[in-house]
Amino acid sequence: VTVTQVESPPPPAPGDASPGTHWLERLDGVLAPIITVLLAFLISGVVVYMTTRDLGDTLETYRAIFRGSGLSWFFELGSHDIGVPFSDASVWFPWNTDDIASLAAANLQQTLILWTALVLVGLAVAFAFRCGLFNIGGQGQYLAGTTAAILVATELPDLVDLPRALLIVASILAGMLAGALVAGIAGFLKGTVGAHEVITTIMLNWIVIWVASYLFGIGGPFQTGESDALPSSADVPEKAKLPVFWGDPLLQGLHIGLFVALVSLVVYAFLLNRTTLGYEVRAVGFNPDAARYGGISVARNYFLAMAISGVFAGLAGSLDALGWQFRLDVTQIQGSTIGFTGIAVALLGRNTAVGVGLAALLFAALETGTASRNLDPEIFPPDLASSLAIIIQGLVVLFVGAQFVILLLLRRARTRAAGATST
Amino acid sequence: VRRLGNRLPHGWRAVAWIGVLVGVAAALSALPPVTIRSPVVPVVIGLFAFTIGLGSWIRGERRIGGYAMAAGVIGILIGYLATRSSVGNLETVVVWGALFGAALRYATPLLFASLGGLFSERSGVVNIGLEGMMLTGAFFAIWGADVAGHWALGLLIGILAGGAFGLLHAFFSVTLRADQIVGGTAINLIALGLTTYLFIKIYGDEGTPTGISAIPNVSIGFFDEIPGIGGFLDDVFGDLNLMIWAGFVLVLAVWVVVFKTPIGLRIRSVGEHPRAADTVGINVYATRYGAVTLSGMLAAAGGAYLSLGFVETFDQNMTAGRGFIALAALIFGSWRPFGAAAACLLFGFSSALAAALQTYSTSASTLFEAMPYALTLVAVAGVIGRSIPPAAVGKPYVKQ
Repeated sequence: VTVTQVESPPPPAPGDASPGTHWLERLDGVLAPIITVLLAFLISGVVVYMTTRDLGDTLETYRAIFRGSGLSWFFELGSHDIGVPFSDASVWFPWNTDDIASLAAANLQQTLILWTALVLVGLAVAFAFRCGLFNIGGQGQYLAGTTAAILVATELPDLVDLPRALLIVASILAGMLAGALVAGIAGFLKGTVGAHEVITTIMLNWIVIWVASYLFGIGGPFQTGESDALPSSADVPEKAKLPVFWGDPLLQGLHIGLFVALVSLVVYAFLLNRTTLGYEVRAVGFNPDAARYGGISVARNYFLAMAISGVFAGLAGSLDALGWQFRLDVTQIQGSTIGFTGIAVALLGRNTAVGVGLAALLFAALETGTASRNLDPEIFPPDLASSLAIIIQGLVVLFVGAQFVILLLLRRARTRAAGATST
Repeated sequence: VRRLGNRLPHGWRAVAWIGVLVGVAAALSALPPVTIRSPVVPVVIGLFAFTIGLGSWIRGERRIGGYAMAAGVIGILIGYLATRSSVGNLETVVVWGALFGAALRYATPLLFASLGGLFSERSGVVNIGLEGMMLTGAFFAIWGADVAGHWALGLLIGILAGGAFGLLHAFFSVTLRADQIVGGTAINLIALGLTTYLFIKIYGDEGTPTGISAIPNVSIGFFDEIPGIGGFLDDVFGDLNLMIWAGFVLVLAVWVVVFKTPIGLRIRSVGEHPRAADTVGINVYATRYGAVTLSGMLAAAGGAYLSLGFVETFDQNMTAGRGFIALAALIFGSWRPFGAAAACLLFGFSSALAAALQTYSTSASTLFEAMPYALTLVAVAGVIGRSIPPAAVGKPYVKQ
């Protein structure tokens, strides 16, 4: 046996988004996630089939989840009332403009609210990935953001009388700062003493969870819930709530955080691809030793990458606090898994801005579509469906982890096809 | 005897350990049964411990010296707080027998999962899926006991289910060379979704039925007859669950297997330098498969104790982060069986204390739950002695 000192090929580094030379190879980057998702839905279909014992019902379940997600709103082709006063003028339109009456519109608003948060948590994971760091702490950073935003939004009006915009901005900034602080600890420890970020972020997650439980739990300093059965924070005052631009504000309409998420996607892409900071972060992500040799401070970039990640997650938390949840209770603190969905989003989106946006839409639709108030209980029990959504998420993460196998199979199939045509 | 003597700490290390003990004494001086009511006594003893720790720290015994300094400071804090509290409260909270008994109950699920993680990580595979594997074990054990009618079968089914998840993790991280942390995250999600799904599907809103055959407790009567500390021993060890005793045996067994047998040597070498291990004919893949599957089984056993031995019901996401505490204990214990066991006991004791502290304040006891995580964060940050993982952990191996 000859032993050669060959470096093992790098693991399918999630941050590896190097553009392939051939357009077919670039296509793989799109195909692999699609295959991954199809595979996950297929296997989950087995679970649904075992519940419903009928193939037609299985398909019907997926269709109901799709309807529940509100994405069907885009497919309501036909003539719709365009709302011209004193007339019933209707025009052919690809979606239902009469959105007050449309259930699909209400569902879509919820999907997009969730999309906002998932994009940002996904970016939090993705940004760290590009620096070669695995940020499992999205959960804690998100929660730190929610906590800080709620504390500022509920406590600050007692101290100073701020105009609405200023109060909202102050709350959001507090959330971003809290997220950056929590993530920054992990980045700092990684940079200075080399403590593995996976371990530190997991520990920080639970520290934040218990500190938040302490703050808003029974007997906690900021607990103001009516009963001890469900202790929670005080409600965010009306003037600190984010303005709603689509739908009924009383029925969870879509808040302006959506635009913050869109801008964040652009900022993410710009920051990584068009700035010195982004260049350094990616250089460290590709090869920290080479980056150090090239004069880049690895420790500084670890800290900055984590802190920026934390800003994204903290932003997600504060937008949810001010635009959607309006309060924080203990079951929510301990039961949320949004940070882990963020990992799924970043992995499936291959850490690119466009990918994260699309992956977040998939998971937001999945989660909204299986929520108990959206899914038709006649077709599939909603309490089962939300666990089904978690299974699908898990399967996606599992297959994304092994995505290079899918890529390998694709490549092999292509070379075989090429060989067949050349002979 | 001489070899044993060599193994005992000596020199400044021994001094530092004495400092740790003095620090503990500072706290104990103000607690029952001694209950000195003047804050001066614990402060003086604590300062003495700190001085010893500082002395040995300067002389080069950084790790244990650091422990001694920490023990001194914490001893002063606890001692001072105790003198501020009423004697009545102290005597309801600090019942040593009950506290240690509860600590063992809380520590056991962590211990099984932690030792499971030890096998996996020692073989070079990161396992953050411990949480999911525990949860799987917890559900399938109680389901198995319900269906099969006997706790032993339930335990077996739970362990097998955890093993299946271990096998899945091994397949993705060893054969497919997927990122191990991604795989572990996936396992946590799938296990959470699957157990919740099955739990609702099978048991609906009513929850698991009462009267399921549970893992029995072992009653030992003779402790009472020992003079002096008999009552204390009876409180702690008199009526422990079978799985707790199994846990004691397991620690010893894992230590023997990992450090005293060829199998253990193989596991460790595969985790430190797989290429070298491969060169001398060790099957790296098979070793890792075995270790990761075993880790799933052990974690599931911990979950099974939780559902089938401790609370005797199952609830959605009932492990609630215990898998992560087990991982923390493994790191805190520097990937060693006795170290991990000690860390589990410490974390178990902190849980027991958190429960007891509710006498004072519910919110303080909630905050106390964060302690294991904070301690581990401090440990990996290297403030008092770094924890260093196996060299090849997290890296997939490609056979040449």
